[in-house]
Amino acid sequence: MTAIAPGCPSGLSLSATATPAQDPSAFVAQKDGVKSLDLIVKGARCGGCLSKIESNVGRLPGIRLARLNLSSGRLRVEWAGQLKPHAIVETVSDLGYGVTAFDPGKVDVEDARTERRLITALTIAGVGTAAVMFMSEPLWFGSDLPADMRNILRWLSAAVAIPVAIISGQPFFSSALASIRARRLNMDVPVSLAVILALALSLYETSVGGQHAFFDASVMLLFFLLIGRVLDARLRRRAYAAANELASLQTATATRLGLNGRAEAVRASDIRPGDILLVAAGERLAIDAEIISGESDVDLRLVTGEVEPMATITGQTLHAGAVNLSAPIQVRALAAANDSLMADVARLLEAGEQKKSGYRRLADKAAELYVPQVHATAALGFVGWLMFGATAAQAAYVAVTVLIITCPCALALAAPLVQVVAAGRLFREGVFLSSGDALERLAAIDHVVLDKTGTLTLGDPVLSNMSEDARRALTHAAMLARASHHPFSRALVKVAGAGPVAEVIREIPGQGVTGTIEGRRAKIGSASFLGAMAGGGSELWFAFEGEAPTPFHFDDAIRPEAAETIAKLKAMGIEVELLSGDGAERVARAAEAAGIQQWTARATPQSKAAHVKALEASGQKILMVGDGLNDAGALAGAHASIAPGGAVDVSRLASDCVFSGDSLRAIAITVITARAARARMRENFALAALYNIVVVPVALAGWVTPLIAAVAMSASSAVVTLNALRMAGPRRSSQGGMP
Amino acid sequence: MNVFMLMLPGIAVLALVGLGAFRWALKSGQFEDPKGAAARILEESDHPG
Repeated sequence: MTAIAPGCPSGLSLSATATPAQDPSAFVAQKDGVKSLDLIVKGARCGGCLSKIESNVGRLPGIRLARLNLSSGRLRVEWAGQLKPHAIVETVSDLGYGVTAFDPGKVDVEDARTERRLITALTIAGVGTAAVMFMSEPLWFGSDLPADMRNILRWLSAAVAIPVAIISGQPFFSSALASIRARRLNMDVPVSLAVILALALSLYETSVGGQHAFFDASVMLLFFLLIGRVLDARLRRRAYAAANELASLQTATATRLGLNGRAEAVRASDIRPGDILLVAAGERLAIDAEIISGESDVDLRLVTGEVEPMATITGQTLHAGAVNLSAPIQVRALAAANDSLMADVARLLEAGEQKKSGYRRLADKAAELYVPQVHATAALGFVGWLMFGATAAQAAYVAVTVLIITCPCALALAAPLVQVVAAGRLFREGVFLSSGDALERLAAIDHVVLDKTGTLTLGDPVLSNMSEDARRALTHAAMLARASHHPFSRALVKVAGAGPVAEVIREIPGQGVTGTIEGRRAKIGSASFLGAMAGGGSELWFAFEGEAPTPFHFDDAIRPEAAETIAKLKAMGIEVELLSGDGAERVARAAEAAGIQQWTARATPQSKAAHVKALEASGQKILMVGDGLNDAGALAGAHASIAPGGAVDVSRLASDCVFSGDSLRAIAITVITARAARARMRENFALAALYNIVVVPVALAGWVTPLIAAVAMSASSAVVTLNALRMAGPRRSSQGGMP
Repeated sequence: MNVFMLMLPGIAVLALVGLGAFRWALKSGQFEDPKGAAARILEESDHPG
């Protein structure tokens, strides 16, 4: 690695942060007079960044601690005194890094603790296994070992194995108990039973000076199983952290006006119905609210999927996700009334969640098949040997060896290993899974339903088919457009680039902007604002006073690689359709450009969810891809779902995975990877079953010695692991930057 | 035989020491930021934290 990573702001180029740093004061925690704040820093990649950020923040007055975690990109700052938290954010953002306040949250801490506990259990099991193995070796191979020596080694093994099993077996024992209480069988039931019975049998054998003891096998079993558990927990935590990070990038804060007229920054979750909020131009509404004063335009792309902004009127209800465009407005937060859009979405979400919790994972299905069979075989072995005249001890020995040797090391590792490898591969592609079993659902889909605005398209309009006139007018039009938050104005500025702004700017909500350029009055805005003939479609007009207006046309740009992705999905035998809340003409145009034949326009949130439900009822497995509030119900109700990184919170939460970046390629990659992962998992289950078919007769015949058990268990786990690692495949050309 | 009896407790003690060391490392956050640790070693620590 070079000292300065490419694109790293600690180099010479100062990367422009697109969004202004928001006020982080809502996220400041206070304890014993020391205030603390957690921030996510984007773009810090090397030691240079690290020392620059830490020393610059450290120089602010009153700072006690400024520590950047380079691996997770989190900066923790602690200070005492009157330092304004905004100064910290500004210091970091002035250095050229993106920065957002963030709430570490409870779940994160809880998950970290679970993982640490599992790692501790794994270490204890690992050290215990090694110790018992050392002592077992002479027992396996030293046939000339004197009897008293054997005894000492056995008792020592017991002294190590029993406490180790009690400590590191905790996760399995508690889960098995919980599952029995719920009158269901999971994989932890045979695991716990095998470990406990093996230890009991070995203790008995040792005390009567018998042939074999399985202390080594029982701790080794726990060791292998814990590997699977740790991988599983780590995957979940990493997926959660990634999703959390995406969410915090659009942290929902709001400005509340207190009774004394003072404005304060609050978290969206702290807003109470009836609160008066100030919504600045360019700010996204975090809750449902009613406009009480001010006139502006709002962008409803995330709420309804409509591209054209809407002019507001006082008293109108705005839904969460609406973006205020032209002028500041004051709103009153509303209680979630029963008939509000948010409440509807919440209901749809709930229905979908219930459906998903009913989904049975491959591993659970395998466990339900496997557990009764193993237990029946062990019982059969016990009864069979008794009938053929064996003593109870001999019969019990056979039954326990059956339980030990069939114990599902391979089975328990089969799914998590593949999931970890597949999730890692998707992670490098910028796709974050919400859970391991999402892969199984994603693999089963045969029909993709796409939302248009913000999903098939980028959501931001782009300037299209520029005429000669428009090209000439662009420089002047941009001088007015730079003063506006309107999406069309922004699209215009994107093409024109940075430059001067006109003087005496006035923005008239719902109409346009006027200003003075080189001493002449000029206007930019809707056709009616300039008195031009509306040409239909998305357009913006510009004119100097007394001159004929020039139109600019805009298109909702399709995401890169959309057509290729859709062709690829179709080639895989997957149907693709477009379902949008936008007008018919625009939907038809987008469908044609992306190569989709089947499309529906003007869909409401309810009709979207109903459509998905109907398709599911007809036996199809739907993959819903959407970003808006209007998609949330459909996302939750579909068999599997994907949301782009820019989606609203509800939609992201309802989805199985979230992709970052602009390209739609992520959808095809996710489905292909999920299918490959499912194939690998099935192979692994087949391998585990094959292994059992071979070893069960050996155990039933009473030939299993501790040595055979140890070798068979390691071998089956190793085979499953290697098969899962095949998933990793040849590494793609590294895109760098991804941890 | 006697050597053996001496070795076994030795092994046990060593194992416990190793285990304790790992737990300490885990608890004191040694694995929290491997990339940062690699970068920090090259920096002069003239700033807080």
